[in-house]
Amino acid sequence: MKDFAFTRRLGLIAGITMSFTAAIGMIENFNKRVLVEPFILMGYVVLLGVPILVGLISARGRPNPLEKPIRDSRAGAVSGLIAGLFAGLVTSVFVLIVDTFDMTQFFPNMRPAMVEIMTFGFGVPIGLLVLILVTGVAGSLGGFIFGQSDSVRRGIGQATIWVLGFALFEGVVNDILEIDPVLDVIYAPNGGLLPWSAVVIGAVAWWLSGRFQGKSKILVEKVQKADKWSGIRWGTYLLGVVVLLLPLFVLGGIVNELLINVAFFVLLGLGLNIVVGYAGLLDLGYVAFFAVGAYGIAVLTSPLSGTINPEFSWWVALPIVMALAALAGLVVGTPVLKMRGDYLAIVTLGFGEIVRILLLSDWLTPIFGGAQGVRQIPGIPFFGTEISGIDPQYFIYFTLFFVAIAAYISYRAEGSRVGRSWAAMREDEDVAEATGISTIQAKLLAFVTGAIVASFAGALFAAKVGVIFTNSFDVLVSIIILVVVIVGGMGSIPGVAVGAFVLIGILGGPKSQGLLAEFAQYKLLIYGALLVFMMLKRPEGLLPSVRRSRELHLEELEQDAWLDKGGDFGNDEVEATT
Amino acid sequence: MPLLDIVGLKKAFGGVQALGGVDFHIDDGEIVSVIGPNGAGKTSFFNVISGLYPSDEGDIIFDGDNLAHHLPNEITRRGIARTFQNVRLFPNLTVLENVMVGQHCRTRAGMLGAILQTKKQRAEEKMTEEKAKEILSFFGTRLAGYRFDQPAFALSYANRRRLEIARAMATEPRLLLLDEPTAGMNPKETIELTEQIGKLRDERGLTVIVISHEMKVVEDVSDRVVVLDHGVKIAEGHYDYVAANEDVIEAYLGRPAEKPDDE
Repeated sequence: MKDFAFTRRLGLIAGITMSFTAAIGMIENFNKRVLVEPFILMGYVVLLGVPILVGLISARGRPNPLEKPIRDSRAGAVSGLIAGLFAGLVTSVFVLIVDTFDMTQFFPNMRPAMVEIMTFGFGVPIGLLVLILVTGVAGSLGGFIFGQSDSVRRGIGQATIWVLGFALFEGVVNDILEIDPVLDVIYAPNGGLLPWSAVVIGAVAWWLSGRFQGKSKILVEKVQKADKWSGIRWGTYLLGVVVLLLPLFVLGGIVNELLINVAFFVLLGLGLNIVVGYAGLLDLGYVAFFAVGAYGIAVLTSPLSGTINPEFSWWVALPIVMALAALAGLVVGTPVLKMRGDYLAIVTLGFGEIVRILLLSDWLTPIFGGAQGVRQIPGIPFFGTEISGIDPQYFIYFTLFFVAIAAYISYRAEGSRVGRSWAAMREDEDVAEATGISTIQAKLLAFVTGAIVASFAGALFAAKVGVIFTNSFDVLVSIIILVVVIVGGMGSIPGVAVGAFVLIGILGGPKSQGLLAEFAQYKLLIYGALLVFMMLKRPEGLLPSVRRSRELHLEELEQDAWLDKGGDFGNDEVEATT
Repeated sequence: MPLLDIVGLKKAFGGVQALGGVDFHIDDGEIVSVIGPNGAGKTSFFNVISGLYPSDEGDIIFDGDNLAHHLPNEITRRGIARTFQNVRLFPNLTVLENVMVGQHCRTRAGMLGAILQTKKQRAEEKMTEEKAKEILSFFGTRLAGYRFDQPAFALSYANRRRLEIARAMATEPRLLLLDEPTAGMNPKETIELTEQIGKLRDERGLTVIVISHEMKVVEDVSDRVVVLDHGVKIAEGHYDYVAANEDVIEAYLGRPAEKPDDE
């Protein structure tokens, strides 16, 4: 046992985590879902995933950048076992307490049903031993896996991911395949994977992981280097077209609906990314511009809107709404020109709420309908038909179109003179000003551009749902957009897309369900945990700004090339390498 | 008519009179050093000229216009550029980008141009980049080649100072304010930069005001020296005259003990 204190601490953390998930009812709730017939239940996967993970970490030992961890499956299994036993001990103490004292009055989830699940149905004295034993085994399994060779670990990882993916996203597979005989082979009637299909999926994933390891990188390089008119290029374009046609022909209603929700947040994230990621202005009231877009379209197109009722077509209303959003950007931007950092965040937070409360106020109710909202917002007219949220497989193309526009605007703006002025302002506002950048102009431009992008999302949202209320625009939405940008990677366009997909698509948005419907009630908890984890381990986001990482990577190569050419620097000064 | 003519410039921070009515002038093509003990108000003097702090009183006549109470970016656009005592680059931008940012006030392309990729925008972008490279070549190979794409934070201290000067040059100024340009450099680098300050005038036609604590630099570089102490100009003239001036020696070294104290 190399580092007993570390292992013990990990075990305690795991025990507390397991107890906590049980205490909030997560295990009990998740256990209603069967992942693999007959006995792999989602709750147990979450519960035992913790000791497995901890076993892995304890086998690796304390993170040490100077030396590579020793991969020894026996030592790993031993240290994993100890960590797991500790975790089980802590958890069983917790279960014992819950069993002894009745706390359902304060903690409704700490009830006998939970004890039943935690003791695997054996009841208290024996079940606790079983619990300790099972977590110990899980921990040593984790440690054992750590000791395996790279290819085996990769195989296990891939197999686990694919089996869990197929099991968790049963709804998606259902929605795509839509052929019952095939589905019956894969899934049991209750939605769980059948044992043999799980084995087949796992085996195939394992095999593929060995087969294609490292090949994807080569393929990407090949595509990038290919000539403009070569076969590989055309193949890539063709693949792009096929992917674009997927929503129409292959994906079903549920998946398309979900993708539309994701796309809304990609749009909002891209817009906020301009304000926060590029210009460095922390805006916590961003939802206000979303509301301007949505309410603008609602009032201008709906026949049921109040005093202002022009009943324009969506396409006519859109430019007006964009102009309104730009105006709103100026209105919010101007008073906060002198504010920075925290103060800016607080004031914009206030602005966001002001917009929502104004919409609810008696004064504006005749126009915006107050708590009643605006109803009967027509869809988007398109060659004689009208497309709204009823046809998600068509509507998604509008959202994709505007996402593409927003991404293009972001991409072009970032690399331009305007983008440079934002970057300079983000880095050091005073110096940017002294270098000849009008920070007033740059800030307002960022607010206005961000507001217009948000108004796209609002306009699409109104046309999709057909009826809007103020509660779609509360503070939580602003916060979640910001979390999407942070988790994805500030300043990175693909990062925002990934962030939106992970948070909105998988976990679920503020008002919509994600792929994992079970997570719905724990969504905010998981958001919080994810945010803390990201800030500690990967503050640059899941997919950080590609430009930056490429630059840092190329640097070494270019330096070598420069030296090869005999470049000299006049004298032998020492460079700072921070 | 002098390029910059400052009359009665005053600036106070609370009870501290950082500048107590400074008169100053510099002609086109001159290099003037501003020296003085710590806390004499040299950097405040620069901060007020460049608009970072608004002045309390006094006129800053640059090229015939009074620039007092203009925004810093406006002042930079009129042709006064500066560097900072504690090098303030944009650390995460590349070397090239830092200099390209400097040209912001001399270029025009806006948001629409960037989105539509107009011919004009692309031409301007290309010109900005070429110009940035040309400006960086002022420092020979030190900031060239692979360094173009290196983030500014990866540079050595001396190179950061050079890059800051390059960024200031990129704003196409007529008057350059250098705040301790040689601080933290080794003797060899100091000599090199001293020569380059001369070149800024001779080759690029700039007028330069230098704040420096290194008397060798001041002696080599300046046509005229202005000494500040407690926010007031106490001496002005050629280096040899100033170096021998009793008030200046007193300001730096303190009053001789036998003189009566006026407290």
